[in-house]
Amino acid sequence: MNMIFAIASREFRSLFLSPLAWTILAVLQFILAFLFLTQVETFTALQPKLAGIESAPGLTDIIVAPLFGNAGIILLLVTPLLTMRLICEERRNKTMALLLSAPVSNIDIILGKYLGILGLMSLMIVLMTLMPLSLLSGGELDLGKLFANILALLLLVAAFTATGLFMSCIAAHPTVAAMGTFGFLLLLWILDWTTGMKDQRSELFEYLSILRHFQNIQSGLISSVDVSYFFLFITCFILLSIRSLDNDRLQK
Amino acid sequence: MTNLIEAEHLTRYYSKHCAVNDVSFTLAKGEVLGFLGPNGAGKTTTMQMLCGNLAPSAGQIKINGFDLLDQPKSAKLSLGYLPDTPPLYRELSVDEFLSYCAQLHGIAKASVTQAVNKAKERCGLTEVADRLIANLSKGFQQRVGIAQAILHNPEVIILDEPTVGLDPIQIREIRTLIRELGQDHGVILSTHILTEVQESCSHVQIIHQGQLILNETIAGLNQQMDTGTLEVATRLTADANALLSIPGVTSIDNIAGNRIKIHHSVTANPAEQIAEKIIAAGWGLQELTPIKRSMEDIFITLTKEHGDL
Repeated sequence: MNMIFAIASREFRSLFLSPLAWTILAVLQFILAFLFLTQVETFTALQPKLAGIESAPGLTDIIVAPLFGNAGIILLLVTPLLTMRLICEERRNKTMALLLSAPVSNIDIILGKYLGILGLMSLMIVLMTLMPLSLLSGGELDLGKLFANILALLLLVAAFTATGLFMSCIAAHPTVAAMGTFGFLLLLWILDWTTGMKDQRSELFEYLSILRHFQNIQSGLISSVDVSYFFLFITCFILLSIRSLDNDRLQK
Repeated sequence: MTNLIEAEHLTRYYSKHCAVNDVSFTLAKGEVLGFLGPNGAGKTTTMQMLCGNLAPSAGQIKINGFDLLDQPKSAKLSLGYLPDTPPLYRELSVDEFLSYCAQLHGIAKASVTQAVNKAKERCGLTEVADRLIANLSKGFQQRVGIAQAILHNPEVIILDEPTVGLDPIQIREIRTLIRELGQDHGVILSTHILTEVQESCSHVQIIHQGQLILNETIAGLNQQMDTGTLEVATRLTADANALLSIPGVTSIDNIAGNRIKIHHSVTANPAEQIAEKIIAAGWGLQELTPIKRSMEDIFITLTKEHGDL
């Protein structure tokens, strides 16, 4: 357990030693702040009309849900950049030998790396959540729904990171890992676009689509189907990463 | 005395190419084992297998009594490894890097600083402790790599070409350090610099084309090096048959003119009788030099012999 923490904390600190983490945090915050403000303006414009409707969408529905939805798309672009170097770079710099000859198991290495990146991702989500929370000073938020959104985004990002980690394990070059991660995730994201057309509906695609499960949780409906989809997804890629690292020793 | 390393019948294939073929050896405490071999002989592959970076295709490795495959964590606890490229995180400072390594090797939080300080002192890194590894010269980076390997005071230290890229003064320091470490640890050292083995090792192994072709103590090797050859120069031509009759002399080669090479057995050194004979016969002794085979010669002969087989 200590080893996992040691590896995770080094990974986390190393991210902040390069400009990468700072840049990503800054750019992300800037874009999301812009989206947040647009959303707030929409709400102020709609407010008089909404007042007349019964059970109209509230502040949370109009501001928080789109904000977290957009954050999901932006993180789809950002995660591959963060995860591409995890294992790949260690191999290329020959630093992998340090971990392999130390008394740590491959499980420790993979989980440590995973948690290190997840730390940064959580930090992003915290910074992002501060924006809607600031509305509490002048209005009321549906905190349950806000929590559902945070959970949805956290699970989504955890799934993204697991994919990226696996790609970094199997790719020989960081850019290849990034491209692979991005392509795979984008495919899962758009997989259920066909479901719009009635005659082309596929239940399998619908289940596989990451977007659908994300939106289900986002809407405040935390069902075990959606949560277990993410857990299965994450576990699957973590296990594959560990296997891939085991395979290094057996290289032909 | 228990063996720190027991390697039995190690074999490693890269697809069809056999990099290491049935290599067995042991390492005890207090030994410094020099691993010699030409490029591509399988030195690094063997070391990677010993450190658990590579699984052997066949064979078994025990480190400090623990099987590397069955109990990897316990086995690796007593292992310090410097690969041929030092595994350094360039964005960290020396202190940060060494503390991280200490944590990885399971050193308790309270004693991390102490262990790091000791390693820095032994490798002469105290002055550069705050600098980024990326900004250090190659020699210093190499030293950080060595510091990383000895940090947790492991029973077995495996160094893959530790003196590459160091200046002569640093090389001497590192050799002294290796000898020092050899007193209460087991050290394996791979190199293709022969003098290094002669200076710092107690045992030598030569590996060639994946096979172990020599496994000797330095003393034994020194004996081999004294093959018993005398080079003799005389004013007049010496009678070879007369010299051959001296007990101990095995054969005589004519080099040029009045210069001959006398081979004799190691145990009986007939130099004195030869000198007496030449003087008595009035051939006019001008020169009598014992020829010592250098380690280079042994290395080249051994690797050549096996190449021909």
